[in-house]
Amino acid sequence: MNTTRTTIALAGAALLGVALAGCGSSDPLAPPSEDPAASEAPGGDTIVVGSQTYYSNEIIAEIYAQALENAGFEVERAFSIGQRDAYEPSLESGEIDLFPEYTGNLLQFFDADTPARTPDDVYAALTEALPDGLEALEMSTATDQDSYTVTAAFAQEHGLTSIADLAKVDTPLTLGGPPELEERPYGPTGAKEIYGLDLAFSATGDTTVEDLLAGTIQVANVFTADPRIQTEDLVPLEDPEGLFLASNVVPIASGDVADEIADVIDPISAALTPEGLVALNVQSTQDQMSPEEIASGWLEEQGLL
Amino acid sequence: MNLLADALAWLFSPERLSGSHGLPAALAAHLFYTFLAVAIAAAVGIPLGWLIGHTGRGREIAVAASGAARAIPSFGLILLLVLLLGVTRKPEAAVIAFVLLAIPSILAGAYTGIEAVDRRTVDAGRAMGMTEWQVLWRIEAPLGLPLLVGGLRSAVLQVVATATLAAYVNLGGLGYDIIQGIQLRRFDQVLGGAIVVALLALVLDGAFALLQRAARPRGLLEPPTGSSR
Repeated sequence: MNTTRTTIALAGAALLGVALAGCGSSDPLAPPSEDPAASEAPGGDTIVVGSQTYYSNEIIAEIYAQALENAGFEVERAFSIGQRDAYEPSLESGEIDLFPEYTGNLLQFFDADTPARTPDDVYAALTEALPDGLEALEMSTATDQDSYTVTAAFAQEHGLTSIADLAKVDTPLTLGGPPELEERPYGPTGAKEIYGLDLAFSATGDTTVEDLLAGTIQVANVFTADPRIQTEDLVPLEDPEGLFLASNVVPIASGDVADEIADVIDPISAALTPEGLVALNVQSTQDQMSPEEIASGWLEEQGLL
Repeated sequence: MNLLADALAWLFSPERLSGSHGLPAALAAHLFYTFLAVAIAAAVGIPLGWLIGHTGRGREIAVAASGAARAIPSFGLILLLVLLLGVTRKPEAAVIAFVLLAIPSILAGAYTGIEAVDRRTVDAGRAMGMTEWQVLWRIEAPLGLPLLVGGLRSAVLQVVATATLAAYVNLGGLGYDIIQGIQLRRFDQVLGGAIVVALLALVLDGAFALLQRAARPRGLLEPPTGSSR
């Protein structure tokens, strides 16, 4: 009986030790000195891939990670670190080597008053604004940004493809979105200044998409990577005049490894389209698939695995 | 305090009187939702509370049900109702949520008011040949009135504070400035909006305190014991 207890106690202690060791190596915030794998990272073959606490961002990070593993790199995942303020210092210090980012939002993090709006301008400004030691790889056409979105039926009825086309609609238009949109530069005032549109405003908040479908509003402020664009058949209108700050998916890499991994990551950015990103998000929200499944499925489909 | 000064400057700026979300319109919407919800809740809660108080039956169920109702998070309930009823019925959804919030206090005020009436007074009424209706109308209801008004008072206070949530589902009211200001990080606007809600609550509380005093029947020296809360 005594021996049984001792065995159990020992087994317990051993398990605890394993568990603690497990925590130590997967802790994204652990200093590199405690973690042999991470300290070898610069110059070595271990690439630390980070992600925001945002399911869509984690899917993209997982795609990067699997592609790198397939190309023979050792990969460590530091996912769900938090928001930009939380992870940016680790990225700058080189603890994290690769991070899926968004051009516009990241540019505003470094330069809040940037005048750049269109995708190319924003990308160019971002490469200037990035601190030393960080490089932006090729950006993707996929975006995750604010938009004016209409239903596919409404777009077809009035022949809409861009925000400028809204001027052709002769019935009164109401724009719906969160309450703060009313005061934002891309709210009704901006639509008037840049496209000459007279939009009424309705603070539809959390039910913006539902309101758009119910017809209480005609134009909705929806994120371009929102899975409901696919599931509810919505059309984000193009923004040729740059009302919105373009925010394309862009891999941010630390300078030490940027050249090494560019051959693996650039084809991913080239293959990831706006519709493709929405479809990945649908697989997560609608089909409840894990990021691993979604990432490997997409990579195979694109012939990148 | 700079922020307080900014908030007061925001509050007394002439822009507050005009525009789609001017203070008068917001105040009117806020009071409309508050009093509509309390009126509906009173129409349900007072008869039910009197029935429970008069018969002495169903008290446990009422206590348990109103306790459970108090635990429902109003914000979640509003959004749930909006999604269930559809976005074209947002006012109904919000009013239902506020009514559910107001009923427990009113119900408790109604039945504790009647329970607090001295049984000997009720028996005296019966001895004089009063019918049950007369006992309720002439003895129990008037003597229990101060506690009932107390229940209405706490219901109004809870609803006037919670009606700020109406703005989350596009119904305006005084909450609009607060929730818009938070996202825009305009804290003068947030504080200004909050000050108006707080002042409104104080004014309503004061009005109901006077009403509660006026509701005490003449000749009743001691206020009835017990509390509606």
